[in-house]
Amino acid sequence: MDDEGKASFDFRLEGDAAARLVLGGRLDRNAVAAIWPEATSKLRRSRVQQAVVQAGDVTYCDGAGIALLVELKRIQAARGGHIQVEGLADRFGQLMTLFETDHLTKPPKGPGLANRFVHDVGRQAIEAARSCVELTSFVGEIVAKLLKTALRPHSLRWRDTFVIAEKAGANAVAITALLGFLIGLILAFQSAVAMRKFGAEVFVADLVVISLFRELGPLITAFILASRSGSAFAAELGTMKVNEEVDALVTMGLDPVSFLVLPRTVAAICAIPLLTVFNEFFGLVGCALVLRWMDIPLATFFERIKEAATLTDFFGGLVKTFVFGALIAGIGCLRGLQTRTGPSAVGDSATRAVVSGIVAIVVADGVFAVVYYFLGI
Amino acid sequence: MADRPIIEVKDLTAGYGDTVILEDVNFEVRTGEVFAILGGSGCGKSTLLKHLIGLRRPVQGSVLIDGTDIITADGAERLALLKKIGVSYQSGALFGSMDLLENVTLALEELTDLPADAIEAIAQMKLKAVGLQDAAYKMPSELSGGMRKRAAIARALALDPEILFLDEPSAGLDPVTAVQLDRLILELSESLEITSVLVTHELPSIFAVADRVIMLDKEARAVIAAGTPQELRDHSDIPAVRQFFNRQAPDDAKG
Ligand SMILES: Nc1ncnc2c1ncn2[C@@H]1O[C@H](COP(=O)(O)OP(=O)(O)O)[C@@H](O)[C@H]1O
Ligand SMILES: [Mg+2]
Repeated sequence: MDDEGKASFDFRLEGDAAARLVLGGRLDRNAVAAIWPEATSKLRRSRVQQAVVQAGDVTYCDGAGIALLVELKRIQAARGGHIQVEGLADRFGQLMTLFETDHLTKPPKGPGLANRFVHDVGRQAIEAARSCVELTSFVGEIVAKLLKTALRPHSLRWRDTFVIAEKAGANAVAITALLGFLIGLILAFQSAVAMRKFGAEVFVADLVVISLFRELGPLITAFILASRSGSAFAAELGTMKVNEEVDALVTMGLDPVSFLVLPRTVAAICAIPLLTVFNEFFGLVGCALVLRWMDIPLATFFERIKEAATLTDFFGGLVKTFVFGALIAGIGCLRGLQTRTGPSAVGDSATRAVVSGIVAIVVADGVFAVVYYFLGI
Repeated sequence: MADRPIIEVKDLTAGYGDTVILEDVNFEVRTGEVFAILGGSGCGKSTLLKHLIGLRRPVQGSVLIDGTDIITADGAERLALLKKIGVSYQSGALFGSMDLLENVTLALEELTDLPADAIEAIAQMKLKAVGLQDAAYKMPSELSGGMRKRAAIARALALDPEILFLDEPSAGLDPVTAVQLDRLILELSESLEITSVLVTHELPSIFAVADRVIMLDKEARAVIAAGTPQELRDHSDIPAVRQFFNRQAPDDAKG
């Protein structure tokens, strides 16, 4: 079909007010592509009242050919002129009635550019405010339901919870350990370079262990969980929302929060402290490696750790991770359940879950810093 | 010309992994014919369709479209073959990030040299033919299931294919729209000799448009009947075929 684009086209003016277009041959896509600009512009420019399209020699005419004829008709109609298609074979004429349209649907008008800016700013502001309110009430709902579940533990969907915990926790061990190792290595190396000047390389161990236990371990693990699992929760629940699966749960009399959100929250809360321990352990391994490289014996390293870090540092860090885990799961699920319709909706939800998850983690970390300061931890 | 087979299926065995869904399927579709694939749900109609359009590799056998093996064809040959076919999928498979008009214009823009205004005019015509011109700027997610299905057909028509594959085109359509669709298929077949291969359950539609049908069966994993719809309805002695055409449950037939 593609090589047979042989069609003929001729345009003749007959006096001031009439024109004759002669079409012939095979009016397929390729032929029409060649003829279209000339045919439409000539007819448009001629401004004739009366046009005749002679289509007697057309041997084949597919959708594109019909489109050309229809476009010619529309051009004439637009200026109140007349057009007549002569000699078109019946079978193509049939197609014409099937496809012919006298108008083209216009794209809907949106607000103008300046208006759109104002519009967007307003909408964003309202949405931000609404999102805070929703997040707060959603967290409240989760906490209330968690407490209720704590009284009746069998009401939780444990099987789902374990599967999710495996995906969010066990499957994340390698990446968490690797990042911990690298962070420990880098942190130790960077500080060693500086501290060496003062002959204080031994204290690198102090620095690394304290920062890992108190801040970096929990934070990095939380970031990993937010980007791996927070987004996954949002995407899973978002897909369910789009497919009306959430509606199906509701009409079955099942509560989406208990059914979908609680297992994820519990799984995240259980997984994140364990992941954090892995992260911190491998961070220390990285640190030990750097110290070995600087000829500090392993025994000294252990000595310094015992000296510098207390159990309070260690557990103080772990306590934070419970809150981080709850925030990540809660926000991921909330974003998932807030998914609107539309093709990019699920992707948007996943993005929003990661972004607001990370913001929430850092804010919570700041709150912990203040609280710990006053508690003297 | 009209009797040259445009699709030839030879000894096709189709399956997923180790599960065989259909065994030793043989049939031909002639140019300009409206050919229907019938059968209960889950018997492998969509699977067969996916093999006909080269989306899945058969376990065994071959599918020739216009003389070219769609399974072994690659490169330019495969592209040329794909330009000849238009497919509307069971679930529509419209691109969700584009409005209907863009869904239809996409292939025209990417694969033809037509000027932009021609592309738009063609796309609007195709949408008009399925009764969706007013929804040209709607997104697929704003449409009902039946509208999506029709839009998918408009998209399949975009490049004026020689063969149209439609997976359950009229399922979920109201009777009036379904009749319009039948008319569209018939007119395409009559005036442009477009071959249509459709999977369908709708008896009225089968009798209205199909020149020939084959019927698949889940247990037999094969084609159990072939012929014109009238033949199968009036003369078949296979219980499953009679049940299908007379809308009986398996038990009614015995009693
Ligand atoms: N992607 C897949 N993987 C494995 N099995 C499948 C797949 N798609 C369909 N099947 C199986 O193949 C059989 C036929 O399915 P399908 O062709 O979709 O049936 P239908 O005739 O309703 O269109 C069914 O039993 C189904 O379970
Ligand atoms: Mg199917």
